[in-house]
Amino acid sequence: MKPFGGPALFLDRSDINTDEIIPARYLTESTKEALKPHLLEDLDLPGFDAAVDLACMGVILTRANFGCGSSREHAPWALEVNGINAVIAESFARIFRQNMANGGLLAIELPKPTIEEIFTRFKGKTARVQIDLKASVVEITVDSSVATFPFRLSPFDRALVDAGGWVDFADARY
Amino acid sequence: MGKTLAQKIFDAHVVEQPFGGCFVLKLDRVFCHEITTPFAIADLVARGKDRVFDPTKIKAVIDHVTPAKDTKTAEQGKVLREWARRHGIRDFFDIGRNGVCHALFPEKGFVRPGFTVIMGDSHTCTHGAFGAFAAGVGTTDLEVGILKGVCAFRAPRTMRFHLTGQLRRGVGAKDVILHLIARIGVNGATDHIMEFAGPVVDRLSMEGRMTLCNMAVEAGATSGICAPDRTTVEYLWPHLKGDFASKEAALEEYGKWASDPDAAYASVTEIDLSSLEPQCTFGHKPDQVKPVSAMEGTRVDQVYIGSCTNGRLEDLRATAAVLKGKKVASAVRAIVSPATPAVYARALEEGLIGIFMEAGFCVTNPTCGACLGMSSGVLAPGEVCASTTNRNFSGRMGKGGTVHLMGPESAAATALAGAITRAET
Repeated sequence: MKPFGGPALFLDRSDINTDEIIPARYLTESTKEALKPHLLEDLDLPGFDAAVDLACMGVILTRANFGCGSSREHAPWALEVNGINAVIAESFARIFRQNMANGGLLAIELPKPTIEEIFTRFKGKTARVQIDLKASVVEITVDSSVATFPFRLSPFDRALVDAGGWVDFADARY
Repeated sequence: MGKTLAQKIFDAHVVEQPFGGCFVLKLDRVFCHEITTPFAIADLVARGKDRVFDPTKIKAVIDHVTPAKDTKTAEQGKVLREWARRHGIRDFFDIGRNGVCHALFPEKGFVRPGFTVIMGDSHTCTHGAFGAFAAGVGTTDLEVGILKGVCAFRAPRTMRFHLTGQLRRGVGAKDVILHLIARIGVNGATDHIMEFAGPVVDRLSMEGRMTLCNMAVEAGATSGICAPDRTTVEYLWPHLKGDFASKEAALEEYGKWASDPDAAYASVTEIDLSSLEPQCTFGHKPDQVKPVSAMEGTRVDQVYIGSCTNGRLEDLRATAAVLKGKKVASAVRAIVSPATPAVYARALEEGLIGIFMEAGFCVTNPTCGACLGMSSGVLAPGEVCASTTNRNFSGRMGKGGTVHLMGPESAAATALAGAITRAET
């Protein structure tokens, strides 16, 4: 199984929608790679600069209801082609969460107080996230200190990630 | 313990529960449009699985950008068109016969009570108005739906909204749903189904119920749903004639698609809507809602009437009634997109199109274009639009533009005044 983790990008806002993740004007593209330069182009977040902040990121840490709005799977694809393999949030919109798992990406929900703690302790610092799927633990490393946070993934999401996505899972089964 | 309508639909369609809390359902309908389907088609081809589970259960339309505006959108249409042709998908709607999917497919009678429906489009929840379980999905779910005719969902927990009272004149389904979204928030119904019931829903037309269910996803819901009744059967009757001897027989059959009185709901909310005023959004989230009266005087550059939320005949009638004999303010660009060819044709017959044109509206062909800033009414940075659509996200109708969502009457009155205002009633 591929490893999940990488440098952390903190997006300190709730309700970041799929139009912000990838605007509709790019939905006419026919390759996932073409979405790459446009990830979070319209994000409404003071201080955020997509050109700078997205360089070499692996994991997004954010607040509630990430990925609300449109069903466009272009949103997780735009993350994927930018090297982002996991999003950790207080909660997700249903379709976005399913799209992540369907494509073999991780959408991890942590309780509100845990997210609050993570933002308080690590936002603004150079942090690295490692996700241990077997142990169901998120590890956040800043300098040389490591903090761990347990998480729960639904058995279905876990099976999809194991299978590498829903198409392979469903085609083998139905 | 009784069951909710959604639970009954799940029970009738479940293939298996491969994991706790995960239901794989058999699908009655897989709807497709040209924006999200081509990626699914390309992936199926790449996997050597270019097949469809049942061409009679798949319906496809080019609606988001039509006529094509450039080479890329022409390509998307071409991919869908050729795929429909090679798989014998007879219900494929191309230019001249195409319309906004969530208005066109109900009109064609494709959705029946008790059906399961998916589409690669978040507003698929609209079809819950017919007592169906209808959910928007991403391209991968769509792809598996096309190939295998199944889709996986979590357990159908239902939030019931029992709507009582008498809506005031000039207050409609759009005002009701904006009010409900504001009340529970943009993630207030995540992983839930919003069941709409009560005297207000009973009196709504199918068009109004579709407006109500259409925006359930803006509160995070998997689907909206209304139990079928005589109104549902009357709407569908031209398509049901072959299946039932009489409307009464259809009503009796479809009567089974109702929640039991002792069904287990996640929540039950009773709301008296008698004092509800016309509603309108501010800000960039659909739960940021105020009465139109509190937003009066907000200058607008454009007014848009259309979309899967409010582009149906009833909406055009309501708009035209406000506009009749009047002129759009000189600083406002006003656009109306009848949602389907049938809506357009009927609006012509009834003289509504003439009223729009005399008032100074641009009448476009049926398309989704402007609602998501893809074509036929994109805003420039800094511009403001009063719109009967469903999302006021920042930049939704064009980068840097602002959208105020409202019902058709309010949008029409706003077009005349050049600033947000409520219709005289």
